[in-house]
Amino acid sequence: MMKFTNLGSKDTRSGFGEALLELGRTNENIVALCADLTGSLKMNAFAKEFPDRFIEVGIAEANMIGLAAGLTIGGKIPFAGTFANFATARVFDQIRQSVAYSQKNVKICASHAGLTLGEDGATHQSLEDIGMMKMLPFMTVINPCDFNQTKAATFAIAKHIGPVYLRFGRPKVSNFTLDNQEFVIGKALTLQEGSDVSIFATGHLVWKALEACVILEEQGIRAEVVNIHTIKPLDEEAVLSSVRKTGCAVSAEEHQRNGGLGDSIAQSLVRYHPVPMEMVAVDDKFGESGKPEELLQKYGLDTPDIVAAAKKAFQRKSS
Amino acid sequence: MLSTTELTKIASQVRRDIVRMVHGASSGHPGGALGATDFLVALYFAIMKPDPENFTPDGEGEDLFFLSNGHLSTLWYSVLARYGFFDVSELATFRKLDTRLQGHPSTLESTPGIRVASGSLGQGLSVALGAALAKKLNGDPHTVFCLLGDGELQEGQNWEALMFGAGKRVNNIIAVIDYNGKQIDGPIEEVIPLGDLRGKLESFSWQVMEMQGNEMTDVVDQLTLAKQQLNQGKPVIIIMHSHMGYGVDFMLDKHEWHGVPPNDEQAEEALTQLEETLGDY
Repeated sequence: MMKFTNLGSKDTRSGFGEALLELGRTNENIVALCADLTGSLKMNAFAKEFPDRFIEVGIAEANMIGLAAGLTIGGKIPFAGTFANFATARVFDQIRQSVAYSQKNVKICASHAGLTLGEDGATHQSLEDIGMMKMLPFMTVINPCDFNQTKAATFAIAKHIGPVYLRFGRPKVSNFTLDNQEFVIGKALTLQEGSDVSIFATGHLVWKALEACVILEEQGIRAEVVNIHTIKPLDEEAVLSSVRKTGCAVSAEEHQRNGGLGDSIAQSLVRYHPVPMEMVAVDDKFGESGKPEELLQKYGLDTPDIVAAAKKAFQRKSS
Repeated sequence: MLSTTELTKIASQVRRDIVRMVHGASSGHPGGALGATDFLVALYFAIMKPDPENFTPDGEGEDLFFLSNGHLSTLWYSVLARYGFFDVSELATFRKLDTRLQGHPSTLESTPGIRVASGSLGQGLSVALGAALAKKLNGDPHTVFCLLGDGELQEGQNWEALMFGAGKRVNNIIAVIDYNGKQIDGPIEEVIPLGDLRGKLESFSWQVMEMQGNEMTDVVDQLTLAKQQLNQGKPVIIIMHSHMGYGVDFMLDKHEWHGVPPNDEQAEEALTQLEETLGDY
């Protein structure tokens, strides 16, 4: 029996856009930058209401990151938005030197992350961004699961002092977490308690993990579902306390297995509490054009894949 | 205001500092630093005149300087120390373990006077433009300065920034290109020519000026004139004609001195050519 209800499917990027507008109304130091994707990032309401504080930089992401770093030297809190691939891979060195190494209070806001960007295909489907961003010292990496949580995360990163990478997506997905929820950076949320296997999911795959939990329950496996909205700093205490109870783990994310959430969890487990672990992630491949749900199926990131991974981890523990 | 003679005396000491720092560290980049010395001395001691006692990372209410070509770090550190941002004795720690004076400028050690890291080329003008935008938003009438290398203009991000600066009329910035015509691998003309640099910059709709970077009087005059060009629509950019290795005859105009420290004999010889005016650290 699913404990959570879809309150009505919405895109996570709209949660970002709504929060940004509200932030603009309450804090005059909030500024926003976008590289010719204002509509896609849902930044148009902010741009319309605060034209002086919205900076359209054109198709020039490297310059955008530098501008954002410079704006902090004057007390501004810049939210720089573009697609996840252009927000990370294209500008990794600009983020590394001008933002992370310089410890600038820049919020890098990345939409259309993962395979679920869909039809545009592999050139635009960022599956490496979490890895790149989490490797940078001082960088906080957040990947919320639905509209409400993305909105709450956007408010939270405005208060946090330091560089942040906020990752969200394009398609409408189940919106199931509470409106006006408190979002604590670095604090994992246990959505479903269980004793047989821990499923650590992030982003769009949190809902899939909850669906998998229902199926597993029907098969006699009680899964714990933990929403890891903050990949860095990882809530190691929550991860370890869950696996101490369940004895095995599954990670689920819309990202390459190399460098993703699963890597981070595996590091914690190996160092402090080794248990069998399976990873639901993209297996060292580029994506392709297709509908979001078709792509999740083809690349092994769908609900049945999480069920299978959980059963495998559970069996490895028992054998 | 300090006289040209006084500024030139400071520049001589700064050049000694540069030679001694790269020699002491057995590494570093003396050539460009020696060439841009007159400019940075004039900028700090005659134009910006910042308050070293009250350095703030935010820099509100004061002129700001950004060094995009971060390998000129010895020059910047020396000018900061000679101006009073930190004790000149610290210059001896350049590039050594646990120093605040990293090979390339960094903010991690909270070195007074530095507001962003640089060294990986091509990023400084964007950062400076962002800081200039923040000044506009804050109603702060002060000026943002940025020094760029000429070889650095081969990095595409500069041209993104140039397009942006003109397009958004960021007219409270003065960018200076250290046009010494040399880069690591050789003369710029042989590596990737800049071509008609003035024409390129004018076609990007910046207000273009030129100055003789190793003539102190011209540096002060042109920087003063540049400030008068601000807030009139276009951002200002100065092509600064300078000489790599200026002040040391065997380094003059030689690209080989971009990133090589002098050995003991060379350092000794160089220092005989540079008058000790303010006392060595």
